[in-house]
Amino acid sequence: MAKEIERAGIPTAYFTAIPAIPLAIGTPRTVPGKAVTNPLGDPSRPIERERQLRRRMLVTAIHALETPVDGPRLFEPEG
Amino acid sequence: MAEPIRVVHYLNQFFAGIGGEQEANRPPDVVDRAVGPGKALEAALGGRAVVVATLVAGDNYVAERLAEAVTEIVEHVASFRPDVVVAGPAFNAGRYGTACGAVCAAVQRNLGIPTVTAMAPENPGVDLYRSSVLIVPTGESAAGMREALPALARLALKLGAGEPIGSAEAEGYLARGMRKNEPAARTGAERAVAMLLAKVRGQPYRTELPLPEFDPVTPAPPLRDASKALFALVTEAGIVPQGNPDGIEARRATKWARYPIGNLDDLTAEAFTCVHGGFDNRFVHQDPDRILPLDAVRALEREGVIGRLHDWYYVTVGAGAPISRARTFGREIAQELVQAGVQAVIFSAT
Repeated sequence: MAKEIERAGIPTAYFTAIPAIPLAIGTPRTVPGKAVTNPLGDPSRPIERERQLRRRMLVTAIHALETPVDGPRLFEPEG
Repeated sequence: MAEPIRVVHYLNQFFAGIGGEQEANRPPDVVDRAVGPGKALEAALGGRAVVVATLVAGDNYVAERLAEAVTEIVEHVASFRPDVVVAGPAFNAGRYGTACGAVCAAVQRNLGIPTVTAMAPENPGVDLYRSSVLIVPTGESAAGMREALPALARLALKLGAGEPIGSAEAEGYLARGMRKNEPAARTGAERAVAMLLAKVRGQPYRTELPLPEFDPVTPAPPLRDASKALFALVTEAGIVPQGNPDGIEARRATKWARYPIGNLDDLTAEAFTCVHGGFDNRFVHQDPDRILPLDAVRALEREGVIGRLHDWYYVTVGAGAPISRARTFGREIAQELVQAGVQAVIFSAT
């Protein structure tokens, strides 16, 4: 699905806890999720720390969206 | 003798003999008999079925307002109470093929009437609708009409009579990506070893489990300036309003939906839930932002890091989805996003 949105000309940051799949099938911009059960969160953290994590993940996604790519690429969070 | 099977036939303006591109904006029209290729179709039906009506619509009329036009066409179809609907053949005409696929899919879904269409394997209508619609492969152009019609007629008769449809290979339609179990004389182990021996001997063999093909995509150009861009949230992880108003299935979902978030800053457990099967939803039920990060996106929007968030999010369930269907959903959603002027997507999967 993310590939089809990219194909339509809209850059798409794809969060998944299983990046091997989008990298194998050629999804252009993948960002690793935290876990299958909580790709954009972490229930083990206090709520404020969890929000910070989610924010960092989205900043990584925005970086991915602003980066030219010519094939499937994984964008790891910085720091 | 049994009552003849009632067939409604769908054609574009060109094949109905009305005209070419200059007539492509014609709204749907009904003729109470077989027209154009419908006459040859009726002949191929061999007296067991009769074309009770032909629906004709212009290629552009349908392409430019697909959902609306298909709704109109389906209403006309319903009024004739057909046993089966035949669309095309569309050969390699993209708008026509897409219309044929869309009409067939909607007739099946909304009226529960079986359908069959025909088009060239390269027609974009094939990728969009092959997972749900029976499509007989044809040549590139109307020169293939003579070969296409008998296959189309044969399937139409079976469907109209309510007879079961066999495999794609046996019946001559394009594989839908479905698997059906059937009894085999030899065990899987014996068949697998036979295949392996054939392979190492360089002899032909045929897999029982063809792998889906993953087609390459040209990545979209990057976002110039996130702080001015319209973002949208899309997920295949089944985050829906409580009560799952559209009944999205937990596995092998047959639909996607969009829901408004324009007035929301956060997804609460009271208002939203997760219907995606196949994983433990506990953490997501506690806080749906763990999949659809609305709270964090809103914060970035307030701070001006991103421009604005689209007022709707899009959702389906990816569990068990055939690739062809995911592709179709992706294209349909992409079309809406493009129309809405969305410039960047945050897509979350489990």
